[in-house]
Amino acid sequence: MSVNGQSATGPQESTSPAATGATPSVRRAVIVGGNRIPFARSGGAYTKSSNQDMLTAALDGLIARFGLQDERIGEVAAGAVLKHSRDFNLTREAVLGSALSAETPAYDLQQACATGLETVLGLANKIKLGQIDSAIAGGVDSASDAPIAVSEGLRGVLLDLSRAKTLPQRLQVLSRLRPKDLAPDAPSTGEPRTGLSMGEHQALTTAQWNISRESQDELAFNSHRNLAAAYDAGFFDDLLTPYRGLAKDSNLRADTTLEKLATLKPVFGKGLGAEATMTAGNSTPLTDGASTVLLASEEWAQAHDLPMLATVVDGEAAAVDFVHGKDGLLMAPAFAVPRLLARNGLTLDDFDFFEIHEAFAGTVLSTLAAWEDEDFGRTRLGLDGAFGSIDRAKLNVNGSSLAAGHPFAATGGRIVASLAKMLQAQGHVNGRPARGLISICAAGGQGVVAILEAA
Amino acid sequence: MTDTYTRLVSQGLGKDLAKRLGLPVPAVLRRYTPGQPLVTGPVLVQGSTPGADELAATLLSWNLDVRRHAVPREKLGAIILVLDGLATPEDLERPVLSAAASLRDLGPGARFITVSRPAAEAGDPAEAAARQGVDGFVRSLAKELRAGATANGIVLADDVQTTSPSALGALRFFLSGRSAFVDGQFLTVSSANGTLPADSDRPLAGKVAVVTGAARGIGAAIARTLHRDGATLVLVDIPAAGDHLAAVANEVHGTALQLDISRADAGQRILEHTLQRHGHLDILVHNAGITRDKLLANMDHARWNAVLDINIAAQLRINDALLASDHFRGAPRIVSVASTSGIAGNRGQTNYAASKGGVMGMVRATAPLLAARGGTINAVAPGFIETEMTARIPFAVREVGRRLNALQQGGLPSDVAEAIAFLASDAAGGINGDILRVCGQNLVGA
Repeated sequence: MSVNGQSATGPQESTSPAATGATPSVRRAVIVGGNRIPFARSGGAYTKSSNQDMLTAALDGLIARFGLQDERIGEVAAGAVLKHSRDFNLTREAVLGSALSAETPAYDLQQACATGLETVLGLANKIKLGQIDSAIAGGVDSASDAPIAVSEGLRGVLLDLSRAKTLPQRLQVLSRLRPKDLAPDAPSTGEPRTGLSMGEHQALTTAQWNISRESQDELAFNSHRNLAAAYDAGFFDDLLTPYRGLAKDSNLRADTTLEKLATLKPVFGKGLGAEATMTAGNSTPLTDGASTVLLASEEWAQAHDLPMLATVVDGEAAAVDFVHGKDGLLMAPAFAVPRLLARNGLTLDDFDFFEIHEAFAGTVLSTLAAWEDEDFGRTRLGLDGAFGSIDRAKLNVNGSSLAAGHPFAATGGRIVASLAKMLQAQGHVNGRPARGLISICAAGGQGVVAILEAA
Repeated sequence: MTDTYTRLVSQGLGKDLAKRLGLPVPAVLRRYTPGQPLVTGPVLVQGSTPGADELAATLLSWNLDVRRHAVPREKLGAIILVLDGLATPEDLERPVLSAAASLRDLGPGARFITVSRPAAEAGDPAEAAARQGVDGFVRSLAKELRAGATANGIVLADDVQTTSPSALGALRFFLSGRSAFVDGQFLTVSSANGTLPADSDRPLAGKVAVVTGAARGIGAAIARTLHRDGATLVLVDIPAAGDHLAAVANEVHGTALQLDISRADAGQRILEHTLQRHGHLDILVHNAGITRDKLLANMDHARWNAVLDINIAAQLRINDALLASDHFRGAPRIVSVASTSGIAGNRGQTNYAASKGGVMGMVRATAPLLAARGGTINAVAPGFIETEMTARIPFAVREVGRRLNALQQGGLPSDVAEAIAFLASDAAGGINGDILRVCGQNLVGA
């Protein structure tokens, strides 16, 4: 068995792919289950809900599902990408408003769209090291209740005003105010260093990898079809708790067709010269929502008579230099996954499920195209050839962000809990635990990926 | 949802006005809270049989203020009329009229309880006539009592003593505020099974109970009452009601199981969840139910099938799954929620009444199967209960439905829950296959 960070220690004795993460000195971290609220398109059912409201609701649903009332959890970590400055202790405040013991510590974490998955990995590591026995990872985002800041000019005036002591001083400070300072500063999804929106960045990558409109629409269609089928099968009965009258993700279009998707006009990449292929149908909409995942040591789960769905095997973060155009903004997972798999002695053939976050259909397809590209494999990944390809039948089998929507920090928790349930249902494959790969791209040219195995 | 009228006429000017105008003056009922005394005053035990003596001795051992003879003008908490030795209708006269002399001494919220034998087990026609006479007597007296006082009866199988566990359990239930909205009804004790609880304020301590339809209304009240009585809860409701279900679960420290009980594997899912989390399943409360009202002439298949499937077919399937399991043993309990609609009928509710009638048939036929494993199955049939559902009934119709019972008011969800909690307890181990109405004695049909 290889040890984290020590894959270069020679050939393995075992011929079967190595299950890693468990060494004599490090115990296992298991996923007990999860809960999220249905995701709502921005401006919809959760327009009047704050991040704290939604995170508290997701926590309370988790507490009810697993009987955690008044339980002191080892630690709760969650975060939001779009965050009000007053929410500096968002997660702790949500814990205090929930049915958990008020003695449960909590911290906020923020890594753009990878926030949710990173909370899972960080807390799982604490459990593995024996620092805590139980944890709740989570994430929340509201594009509806986004913070609006005052302009830099007005902010400077207001701060100076609070420091001014006399009336003349105050008047002098106020005299600096100009009409343009009164315009609010709304948040944008644009990258600070390039000024380009995420969609425009992806459009560059989509064009670079020659991803066709048809293949993007097909991925979007599959996402909706798979998510709708999962709802019909009752898959989400123990993963989701309704909120504010919503019992299903409001972005889901169970009746969409390839023909309907083909009629949508492109919204990104219209000025690139090449054919614009990215539409509102194959891009995720702005979404509100929250998700949580209950993690534990095996002993804690057993002592509390709780299920163990999957183990958190390993995780990896990567970042790319998109600023100078070396790689696409959302391509970091294309690097993170090969590193993670090499460390664990695995190839893409050793997985039963692939959960690749659908920020845009083009993101998923560009990543897969890069892995299948010989030149990319040799020059960028340092391999002998292409990294490999995946069996598309194993990709996002219960739908992903294109259908469910993507409340940035909440996506990680959605994927982890769903995948853990799929892995448990699958049980063992060829004498080894069923295995799943999670890949999430994030703003700032980052990506976080992880391996889960059936417990 | 609150009965404003009852509040208005229960005191001061409103009370005075209602009396002068001859309007109904419903009493504020005496309802149970933990730690409360069993009765509001002395208990008069009438009857001269050995069973009456034994019962009086037991009540004394509970430190109740027991009287064998009425003390003139002393306010009473209850009259217990023991009629377990009736041979002919003539035997009714002496004890009944003796008790009658004390009726005016019954205080507010007092209890009148008979203890008698089943007519069906009588040795001859005269004995059967005497026994059946008790039935009509109690139901009529219940309609005469005022100020929240109720009259109910306990029917003991011939081989069951007046001091058997469930005779005493039923007596405690009727004496207490737990039976506030039960009036003019009988509980039949068919065996000497059952045990009285060590702590009468936590009779369900150590029990694991599953409640379906627990997200709101009567189901949520059942969850709260079983929790108060010490049970650990698994609360079931459809996924779409999951937010309300989670709130109730967190309130009562239970677990929420989002599950459509009409699914074929619902029983299995309930068992798996409950056994994994709690190791055993002791009590199942079939509360989930729906209405899809329509006159029969306008009834369609969808409305008919949805009601029949959820209200009775699902209960049958879940019972089958539990009875097939080795884990539903050791005095298990099933309590179903039926309805007075299933007894007396209700215009526009042919589907609902058929399903609730079905529940009662199912309960009677399943009783022997439960008895074989030391358990029981019973049903509670609520009348007009103040819920979100009845709050949507048009005002005039609602007001009529509310007042047309001996207590002149609607019951509360907790009144139904109290009856269920009693039937789910060890003290009700001798009561099996019975239907208890919680209806304030509806004036029509029941």
